[in-house]
Amino acid sequence: MTDVNIIHESNNEDGLSREVLMNLGPQHPSTHGVLRLLLQMDGEIVKRIEPHIGLLHRGTEKLCESFTYTQIFPLTDRLDYLCQPSNNLGYALAVEALLDIKAPERAQYIRVLMAELSRISGHLLITGALPMDVGAITTLLYTMRDREMIMDLMEMISGARMHTSFCRVGGVREDLPEGCVERIIEFCDIFEQRITDYEDLVGNNRVFLARVENVGNITGEDAIALGLSGPCLRASGVDWDIRRDAPYEIYDRLDFNVIVRADGDCYDRWKCRVDEMVESLKMIRQCVAQMQPGPFLIADPKIAFPVNKDLLAHSMEAQIHHFKLAAEGFKVPKGEVYTAIEAPKGELGFYIISDGTEKPFRVKIRAPSFVNLQALTDRTTNMKYLADVIAMIGSLDPVMKEVDK
Amino acid sequence: MQDPFPLANIIDNFNGRVSVAANVTDMPCVIVNPQDLVELCLFLRDNEMFKFNFMADIGGVDFYPNLPRYQLVYHLYSISLGWRLRIKCPLDEPPTAPTITHLWTTANWHEREAYDMFGIVFEGHPDLRRIYMWQEFEGWPMRRDFPLRGYKDKYNPFGAERPGEGKSPIGDIL
Repeated sequence: MTDVNIIHESNNEDGLSREVLMNLGPQHPSTHGVLRLLLQMDGEIVKRIEPHIGLLHRGTEKLCESFTYTQIFPLTDRLDYLCQPSNNLGYALAVEALLDIKAPERAQYIRVLMAELSRISGHLLITGALPMDVGAITTLLYTMRDREMIMDLMEMISGARMHTSFCRVGGVREDLPEGCVERIIEFCDIFEQRITDYEDLVGNNRVFLARVENVGNITGEDAIALGLSGPCLRASGVDWDIRRDAPYEIYDRLDFNVIVRADGDCYDRWKCRVDEMVESLKMIRQCVAQMQPGPFLIADPKIAFPVNKDLLAHSMEAQIHHFKLAAEGFKVPKGEVYTAIEAPKGELGFYIISDGTEKPFRVKIRAPSFVNLQALTDRTTNMKYLADVIAMIGSLDPVMKEVDK
Repeated sequence: MQDPFPLANIIDNFNGRVSVAANVTDMPCVIVNPQDLVELCLFLRDNEMFKFNFMADIGGVDFYPNLPRYQLVYHLYSISLGWRLRIKCPLDEPPTAPTITHLWTTANWHEREAYDMFGIVFEGHPDLRRIYMWQEFEGWPMRRDFPLRGYKDKYNPFGAERPGEGKSPIGDIL
């Protein structure tokens, strides 16, 4: 926090109060990355908040226009870097809708499995990071320990800890490796017992509660007008989850509850995520139980590489398809599509316009963090003090890479 | 099973000022002129039949060199009824559109983004500034005629030459 400027000397006779303009961030740890806030302060009371974003702007949408459809997967990884499989899934669904294909059933299970694992990973971070922002560092150490197990699973499945890029148009890159399912079940067993620890650690802590309860309340109508989605919206009492209301992939076969809370304060947004992890765990168990062996990639040589690599040594046709696909990519018919999925942060939408070539004409990403962060500027919420702003940022859970695209 | 979307109701209410977009299959899609945009949005938001209370996304599109060059695309969602709707609003040069920030607070940043990336001016917007790029930045990055690598300056030695300064832009090759 630097750059304190006096912007308004009070004309009170005592001359004791004056408003100052203060920078918060962009390197402050509680801003979750490179969020810079310009705060107009009257003493400790915040009068106005002006977020300055864009310090991580990489022009993802512009880059998408010059990449082939398959090359865009790594770019989507770098949106919400805590939950890459969700981003991959959202983008893959959009392209598949344009191509009018569907991934094989096993691939859908693997995608959902990974998306839910990553949802736990993302929610774990915020479960620990919000208490850390308000002063309780211990929780973060425990959540990071458990997050490590998910990282190991991701590494086992895809070879990468964070940027998995595991989805492909028409399926996933590889089948689950041998012994993976057992590891996932093992993780579920361990995590199920630990999940209550976080609440025991901070959930009933008086200091923590004083900092987050009845702070930054957002009413249901305000939340909808602000375009909040995901746990931020459900914490305000709006019962809407895309996984249930417009099920994609195999979510309609899974049995889970949608967590809705009433108050819409920082505590509710935090608690909503903690409870959602339990639901995600349920979904992972169901995925593992329901999953059947089968193809994991669509058998269309024009869209996906052959699963059987020996084919390339014997079949001329397979080799031609492989070469064309690697060199040029595949053509997508003209059209446009908007698909929305329930990413851990909220509604992640991909609006793609195709002009019939190998590269998209326009990709518009509806990044949930970008929209959710705007709630900071809303002055109807009861954020009074500077410390409340920190709790508010933490509870909105913005990932700055997604905000800045 | 969900009821079919009452698209004809919108068309009737707006009496020729709103048309249905052809060749859009993923969700109902209507085309409206910028002068009728606010009225349409207000109708869709407050009408009991639609209840489109959630503004999901606003994005600009540049169809250079085709005309009309710009288009605004709004994605609406009705939380209670589960419908999605797309509104397209074609814009001529210079691109200006009315703001809808008074209908949905969320439109504020979306419109700032469209302004920043495409140079679409939203009339009546309370705070129309660049959101991603710095305030001194020149040009509109997401327009089709803006080079991928940006224009050459002292911070960007690999950028494309500005038009009219000789040499073909490098950005066009990549």
